Amino acid sequence: MAILDIKNLGISFGGLRAVDNFNLSIEKGELYGLIGPNGAGKTTVFNLMTGVYKPSDGIIMLDGENITGKNTVEINKAGIARTFQNIRLFKNLSVLDNVKTGLHNEFAYSTAVGIFRLPGYFKDERLMDEKALSLLKVFDLDGEKDYKASNLPYGKQRKLEMARALATSPKLLLLDEPAAGMNPNETKELMETIKFVRDEFDMTILLIEHDMRLVSGICERLSVLNFGQVLCQGPTGEVLNNPEVIKAYLGD
Amino acid sequence: MLKNMKKSTRSNIITYAMVIVAYIVMQTLVSTGSVTNLIQGLLVPLCAYSILAVSLNLTVGILGELSLGHAGFMCVGAFVSAAFSKINATSIENDLLRFIIAIIIAAVCAGIVGILIGIPVLRLKGDYLAIVTLAFGEIIKNVMNVIYLGVDSKGIHFCITKASDLNMESDGKIIINGATGITGTPHSSNFTIGVILLLITLFIVLNLINSRSGRAIMAIRDNSIAAESIGIDLTKYKMLAFSISAMLAGVAGALYSHNLSTLAATSKNFGYNMSIMILVFVVLGGIGNIRGSIIAAIILTLLPELLRAVNDYRMLIYAILLIALMLFNSSPAGINFREKYGIGRLLHKNGPDLSETAGTQRAHHVEGAGKKGV
Ligand SMILES: Nc1ncnc2c1ncn2[C@@H]1O[C@H](COP(=O)(O)OP(=O)(O)OP(=O)(O)O)[C@@H](O)[C@H]1O
Ligand SMILES: [Mg+2]
Repeated sequence: MAILDIKNLGISFGGLRAVDNFNLSIEKGELYGLIGPNGAGKTTVFNLMTGVYKPSDGIIMLDGENITGKNTVEINKAGIARTFQNIRLFKNLSVLDNVKTGLHNEFAYSTAVGIFRLPGYFKDERLMDEKALSLLKVFDLDGEKDYKASNLPYGKQRKLEMARALATSPKLLLLDEPAAGMNPNETKELMETIKFVRDEFDMTILLIEHDMRLVSGICERLSVLNFGQVLCQGPTGEVLNNPEVIKAYLGD
Repeated sequence: MLKNMKKSTRSNIITYAMVIVAYIVMQTLVSTGSVTNLIQGLLVPLCAYSILAVSLNLTVGILGELSLGHAGFMCVGAFVSAAFSKINATSIENDLLRFIIAIIIAAVCAGIVGILIGIPVLRLKGDYLAIVTLAFGEIIKNVMNVIYLGVDSKGIHFCITKASDLNMESDGKIIINGATGITGTPHSSNFTIGVILLLITLFIVLNLINSRSGRAIMAIRDNSIAAESIGIDLTKYKMLAFSISAMLAGVAGALYSHNLSTLAATSKNFGYNMSIMILVFVVLGGIGNIRGSIIAAIILTLLPELLRAVNDYRMLIYAILLIALMLFNSSPAGINFREKYGIGRLLHKNGPDLSETAGTQRAHHVEGAGKKGV
């Protein structure tokens, strides 16, 4: 059974049909790419999936659960975590605390336990520290754990965002242009990390990316979006050689 | 020993120690008779202002919402606690016990008002939130001015017109007399209790910041969209921070009112003047910097008194010092100065460890540390 099943998803902003009749089905453990020219509606699809926008049409099923119309918090609890195209870290928190914030719902000791330092506090904080550190290690960020997040270089900020999203133990991870602003070396390293995350955590990943080396290097299947509509979808090799796709990217 | 601790723990210990040392020094000075009556009279208000500044910093610095109505919560705490103490002045004989109950009632009532106001207000952002909190603060103050409350053998009487409308028996006693307020509140506050309440406030706020809920609150401050995306309930944690902040302001109000023989809600003590003054403490002490709030509250409260000797230039010097404090806190030069002389160095021993990017990284680091002001 598909872990994600989207049927006939659509939304309009005023007169603009930003996403229209969008269908997508992803299997568990798949690494799936969503590509398309600027303004095609890719980020809007993520925003619809995570409850930032309410869809005007369609149904979104996650692992058999209908999550259409739920709010962002409920959807995260249901199992979708994401990163953002324009990085959204907790700038003034330390790198470690950014990830620990992602563990908010897993180690849910109460406010009173936190204020009065009851025994649960120390136990949960220790477990959170351990888990957050092990996630930081995956992204090679453990050395910078006490840095303020805003003091990390750009590429590491993107990785930290991934670590934070993973901390919520999602079923599906959405990455919005994870390689944006990275140099070729960093991108290569990122590709390894993404593959590692998929294998290590048995994760299903849907990513938006403009960098075709990354897309062709790690995505197993692709959907191409153009003017809010799916132009074509299928195995990566086939899609990238589709004349219509090439035309959409290069223009007429 | 201090070295192996988490830097937040270390910084908290310094804050507690600072308050305790200041207390001991002050007590010694008082007992040797080297403090003027005027300054002695300021000691309890000082504790109240410090508590207010710390609690407002929870809303402004930690939650990141600008509130201009903080004096309103203090006002609620001051009046309910004073009314309680006056009603029970004879029935609860132990002064300390009565005061403790009064403080708890003040905290609870201010917290409830905080929640009631928070429900509509926390939907707003930025300037709008500031304006609406300002209005609520004024409303609370004005409501206090029209309340009449009395007790007699038949029980409690209440009205909002005039004292004679209370219709009390001949043995009746007026507790709150409209704009005249409350007179004859038991004088239960003292410097020691004030400092203990300040330490409790610090304990609550600092522990909150270094806990799961505190991280959630700061996450919302830094990026609410990202906070939601990892499953943090915005409304819940905004309300939590706002109501704890209001509760603590209520405690400050109780401390304040039990230090006065006459309590009336004027614009000077509970109006926006007071709210702005508390905000000045928070801003000058460094937004989000709890220790700074206390230091700023102390300096700015004592200064006008200490400068009485040079009366003609008092306000001039005060203004210059305000500007100097601001520069020290937020200008790049001030931040560098603090870095150089150790105030910031304690916090960031990790900079140079990162050999590959040591140079630039360090520079960023220094700048960032100053902005947060910790
Ligand atoms: N909240 C909104 N209100 C109005 N229009 C919007 C809104 N969000 C997105 N749009 C419009 O919807 C279209 C799709 O935007 P979207 O951000 O999804 O594109 P994208 O495929 O992610 O592009 P890019 O590759 O540049 O990130 C654009 O025309 C955009 O202007
Ligand atoms: Mg986009």
